[in-house]
Amino acid sequence: MKKLLTLLTRASLLGLVLTWAAPAAHAQADLLGQLDQETKKDAPKELVDATFKSTRLINGHTVQTPGEGTLVFLISHRIGPFNSGSYEFFGLDQAKMRLALEYALTDRLEIGVGRSTLDKTVDGFLKYRAIRQSTGAHAMPVSVTLFGSSAITTLHYNDNINHTIGLRTTYSYQALIARKFSSDLSLQLMPTLIHRNLVMNEGQKNDVYAIGAGGRYKLTKRFSLNAEYYCVLDKYTQDHYQNSLAVGVDIETGGHIFQLLLTNSIGMIEKQFIAETTDNFFKGGIYFGFNINRNFTLKQRRLH
Amino acid sequence: MSKTLLSVGRAGIVLIWTLLGLGSSSQAWAQGKYMTRGGHISFFSASIMEDIEARNDKVAAVFDVVTGQIAFSVPVHEFQFKRTLMQEHFNENYMESDKYPKATFTGQVLNAAQVLKQLPAAGQNVEAEGNMTMHGVTHKIIVTGTLQLRDGQLVVFAYFNIAPADYSIDIPLLVREHIAKSVSVRVNLTCDAVSPTLVSQP
Repeated sequence: MKKLLTLLTRASLLGLVLTWAAPAAHAQADLLGQLDQETKKDAPKELVDATFKSTRLINGHTVQTPGEGTLVFLISHRIGPFNSGSYEFFGLDQAKMRLALEYALTDRLEIGVGRSTLDKTVDGFLKYRAIRQSTGAHAMPVSVTLFGSSAITTLHYNDNINHTIGLRTTYSYQALIARKFSSDLSLQLMPTLIHRNLVMNEGQKNDVYAIGAGGRYKLTKRFSLNAEYYCVLDKYTQDHYQNSLAVGVDIETGGHIFQLLLTNSIGMIEKQFIAETTDNFFKGGIYFGFNINRNFTLKQRRLH
Repeated sequence: MSKTLLSVGRAGIVLIWTLLGLGSSSQAWAQGKYMTRGGHISFFSASIMEDIEARNDKVAAVFDVVTGQIAFSVPVHEFQFKRTLMQEHFNENYMESDKYPKATFTGQVLNAAQVLKQLPAAGQNVEAEGNMTMHGVTHKIIVTGTLQLRDGQLVVFAYFNIAPADYSIDIPLLVREHIAKSVSVRVNLTCDAVSPTLVSQP
């Protein structure tokens, strides 16, 4: 009896639902349409994020800074060149590395320090997201990040020059300009100025201007192809050095980003790979390298 | 000249008041639509490895108290996480909010005639059945919650569970233990009465 009763109530409920649902079907779509219209009226400004996965494109920086309170531990290696022969085990004997820590003080401002084995160089940098790409009202087509770094070599010298801290210092300035064209494609331009306080050779200028270009194309959600090229605009550097070229992939796994790459530059900081690259990519002067990015959230954001 | 300006200004103010539907709540009630664009939604994923929580207060919703239909639309990109990297992964890798910027629900309150008749007197426990669309996939779900009229506003509270797998949200093996198989969702809407002039009628 009880069963029959529940069956009856269920049937009546179903009947009720059906009578309601029939005319409601198209009205529901209208309700959503209304909602769409209402929200479209003043589409809010939305920041475009994740232009790149890492703070590095390959050798150089991207417009990206980590979110506030995030610490990045960056381990980079360059092994090669391949054309150094079996005596050097094709470059493995000459591997160079750089260790770095980067921390985002705010969503826009990042600071970082690093130490390279190449020329025993210590570097520090500041990175500020001046303009962020956005959609909606007052959309901004590009992101612009300003980058400044200084690098000090701690090598012992045996020449007759008194290598003061000042003379050991090099400055790099970049305006990184990028646009995320789609979720897959992002391109970046990097006008650069490198200033060396001391240059050793005649005719060598203290300032080196360069323009870089690069980008990434995502093949899957967690895997992308990257390329990066820096063209120096200074005659002396053009004659005595090579432009830096790098190709690589980003592989993202949760809190890590692995970047595997091929480049003709052994240095991993701007003044080294832009102004001091000597190997020719197309004559076997290729280094295999990787960057490992590990992110730690030191300070969690408060949700309100 | 200034007089004409003044009268134009007055007319404008009157027009705005009319548009806002102030002082005509009975008419709005008769029209029977309630709306908000600042509704709250949050979700919680509990797993052995970690708990994940995110909030979003940009939910747009409309409720028709004549027919008992409800629709809400969530801008996926507006979810805020405690960890910024998680937020990036949520948008980039899981929800693909570039491709699927909105999650929507359209539904019908079950047993609506009875529920809505009693609504002005007391808060009601309700169930709504409808279509949830997110990440490009639509599923029929049942949402349970409460409806309450308070100071001329309609307060909607709803909760339901979502299984990421149902919406073809692919979670890689490496982080599978970090994300719950079933994520609980809570919706909290305070809707204002809408005057007929604001909403175009079908």
